[in-house]
Amino acid sequence: MEEIETFLAMGEHGAFIWPAYALTAAVMIGFAVSSWRDLRARRKALRALEAAAPERGRRGGEAAP
Amino acid sequence: MMLHRFANPTRFLRLADKVLPWSVLLTVAPLAVGLYLALFVAPPDYQQGESVRIMYVHVPAAWMALFVYTSIAIASAVALIWRHPLADLAAKASSPIGAGFTFLALATGSLWGKPMWGAWWVWDARLTSVLVLFFLYLGHMALMNAFDDPVRGRRAAAILALVGFVNVPIIKFSVEWWNTLHQPASVLRLDGPSIHPDMLWPLLLMATGFTFYYVTLLLIRVKSELIAARVRVLSMSGLNAP
Repeated sequence: MEEIETFLAMGEHGAFIWPAYALTAAVMIGFAVSSWRDLRARRKALRALEAAAPERGRRGGEAAP
Repeated sequence: MMLHRFANPTRFLRLADKVLPWSVLLTVAPLAVGLYLALFVAPPDYQQGESVRIMYVHVPAAWMALFVYTSIAIASAVALIWRHPLADLAAKASSPIGAGFTFLALATGSLWGKPMWGAWWVWDARLTSVLVLFFLYLGHMALMNAFDDPVRGRRAAAILALVGFVNVPIIKFSVEWWNTLHQPASVLRLDGPSIHPDMLWPLLLMATGFTFYYVTLLLIRVKSELIAARVRVLSMSGLNAP
């Protein structure tokens, strides 16, 4: 328990180190998740449009899986 | 010639699908090992103590802020000269990621500056020029979407990116040209790194992870933009259909 507390305290700099790592993780994970969600939503929209007009959809763009 | 081969969006999408799993792997593995070394193995600094651990996120974020901007400037030049459609999309997709890295460099630098300098912020050359870089990113993103005609927006943003590139060497050499609180380069030096290998390796691993994180997000976001363009074309043709 004491070891964990010492590790988290980081020689009295824990209050600066952990927010730096947390902020970095939040921004990087946030960007990754939002970019992936955008891609999924757009893929879904494309599939719906291609399904509605198959002859147009076959002309190009991303191949349906 | 090589560049023009991948100018074809369909070819790019196929290539992106092949590269993506590898770039995810090259993001996650170095970041996992780098984080472990940075937090558990690397020694504290003899002057800065444990606060030096902020370096392992601050320095890669700052490097990436410059790297992404340089990539945008190159993509903008390619888009302006050769009218390369993917170059425009790459610049558009990169801008928010670069702004994120610049924000992280500023915020983690502030968190490192407080215990070491006694101040969250100082108006010195390095910090101020990085703040200018952050505003350049915001300006680039705003210009991209400022016009009804997306082509005009992209062209204006490309010109801003090229003009703003002058700030990149200013940031790099600011610690040598002006008196500053910020420490000089300790890795990218002509006479080799002055940092101990126990600290250098976690730093390089984190930097590798950050670089492939950018590659991964760039591929995902360009893919997403290409699909969005296809959706727009299909929607328009649907609206125009009799």
